[in-house]
Amino acid sequence: MAALIVIIISTIFVNNIVFSQFLGICPFLGVSGKLSTATGMGAAVVFVITLATLITFLIYEYVLVPFNMQFLQTICYILVIAALVQMLEIILKKTSPSLYQALGIFLPLITTNCAVLGVSIMVIQQSYNLAGALLFAFFTAIGFALALIIFAGCREHLEMVDVPENMRGMPIALITAGILSLAFMGFAGLV
Amino acid sequence: MNRGKIFTNGLFKENPTFVLLLGMCPTLGVTTSAINGLGMGLATTFVLLLSNITISSLKKLIPDTVRIPAFIVLIASFVTVVDLLMQAYLPDLHAKLGLFIPLIVVNCIVLGRAEAFASKHGLLDSALDGLGMGFGFTLSLTVLGMVREFLGALSFFGHPIAPADGALVFVLAPGAFLALGFLLAIINTIKKKKQA
Amino acid sequence: MAEKLASSFKNILFSLLLITAVTAGILGVVYKYTQQPIEQKKSEKKEKAIKEVLPSYDNIVEEKLAIASVAEKNIFKKEMAADSMTIYKAYKGEELVGIAAETFSDKGFGGRIFLMAGFLPDGTIYKINVLSHSETPGLGSKMTDPGFYQQFENKNPQNFKLTVKKDGGDVDAITAATISSRAYCDAVDKAYNIISNIGGQNNE
Repeated sequence: MAALIVIIISTIFVNNIVFSQFLGICPFLGVSGKLSTATGMGAAVVFVITLATLITFLIYEYVLVPFNMQFLQTICYILVIAALVQMLEIILKKTSPSLYQALGIFLPLITTNCAVLGVSIMVIQQSYNLAGALLFAFFTAIGFALALIIFAGCREHLEMVDVPENMRGMPIALITAGILSLAFMGFAGLV
Repeated sequence: MNRGKIFTNGLFKENPTFVLLLGMCPTLGVTTSAINGLGMGLATTFVLLLSNITISSLKKLIPDTVRIPAFIVLIASFVTVVDLLMQAYLPDLHAKLGLFIPLIVVNCIVLGRAEAFASKHGLLDSALDGLGMGFGFTLSLTVLGMVREFLGALSFFGHPIAPADGALVFVLAPGAFLALGFLLAIINTIKKKKQA
Repeated sequence: MAEKLASSFKNILFSLLLITAVTAGILGVVYKYTQQPIEQKKSEKKEKAIKEVLPSYDNIVEEKLAIASVAEKNIFKKEMAADSMTIYKAYKGEELVGIAAETFSDKGFGGRIFLMAGFLPDGTIYKINVLSHSETPGLGSKMTDPGFYQQFENKNPQNFKLTVKKDGGDVDAITAATISSRAYCDAVDKAYNIISNIGGQNNE
């Protein structure tokens, strides 16, 4: 139980995937303009990362390892993730139009989100078993969603602030992210 | 567009990191030192060059509907090649860059150039474009790495300049965001001055 | 100029087969030719580490010793339970000149760290070398700086407490990286425990 809490805190806060691992920066900077889109993207990413980790983990353990082809990891994973995202889009469209409306537009963006590929490789590197991998993936994704939502909140307020002209847009966004990252470093003492 | 322009386009005018803001994850993640930035940039350049060349020579054989999956397969296999070669011949750099090597696959620059340039242009042009973009990426990663290394550890490509400790924060995660943010602001200022 | 292939099922099948066949070929060849250098680099690295942490020797005897299992079995794979440690006994002629242990700790900041710790037969630490770690660059990564690891050299853990000063030990922690320093001490301590047991056997 204690180990579980350590995993949760360290994946969400201490080793936050955006602020300390630098994965998923593109969507982090790209879709964080508005709080509502950030929430949608965050939810979609949690869903996809957990599912993708489950599938890639099984493929690694039961296909790549038995045939001794671990070096094909990258190529297999990216294909599985791309196909998975496409399939999710089709399934969601047919079965749950409301969910599709909420998450659908973010799905194509997720294929090139390196957080998905990154997490599925990390669970292998860190030798988790299936349960550990799923926990790690889920809470890492929660960490991503949290970072995205906090950042979107900050940027909404930034809109109304008088920023020096040359700092407007991306520079001030990055500096805000830097300060947030500094704040997240404070969680290091927790573990 | 003449050939020289295709090459320099990626270096400055459409610099992938500073102007197009693509490939942010490795940009922030590996630039703790200049040498890491350089290594990552060159690995990406290698993949870009190979993928641009193959895609531009195979473009007639790839039907439009399966374009993207075909590109991804090609890019992913080149990344695997780089990964294996680095493990074999540059194990120390490979250990430092770690996870970011396989993640070249999802670097938007590579797929972006394949889709926007190589699938529409000839072999030589595509090769030049790949090299230009790759070197542009390498340049910006090295610059960012140099800045962070200088501010954070007061050293230059691993050689200490002063015997003191730097502002450690620039080597740590927050420093990546801060350094890139200020660099972009400086670039904006220079651009404005040039226009005026 | 030849026309671009239309998106018919036959063409799609043909082009995807072609691409996968070509990439499979390339990958197979590269894999075959890099496999040997990769293995070689790994064993060279290990050999070099052993050489660096021990006084000069003629030959090495490798042994695997059982230790108490450590990792949380329910979330990690079985091999992470790490119930054994590899040690290398170095002999010069017939005489035992030192023992190196490939030790590790899970108390680090970024996952498991691996050290090669070399001891003299009486249990004194000779030298220590970091095999791999993923601690924060600039902070925990300073465990590879001489300023940190030299304080262990020529100390006997019998009268040198292998914990950081904050925890009442004798080790100066790395500034702002107490966690990494603790992990380092933990790994060295594990190695010492194993090695002091063997020392006992040899005296009998």
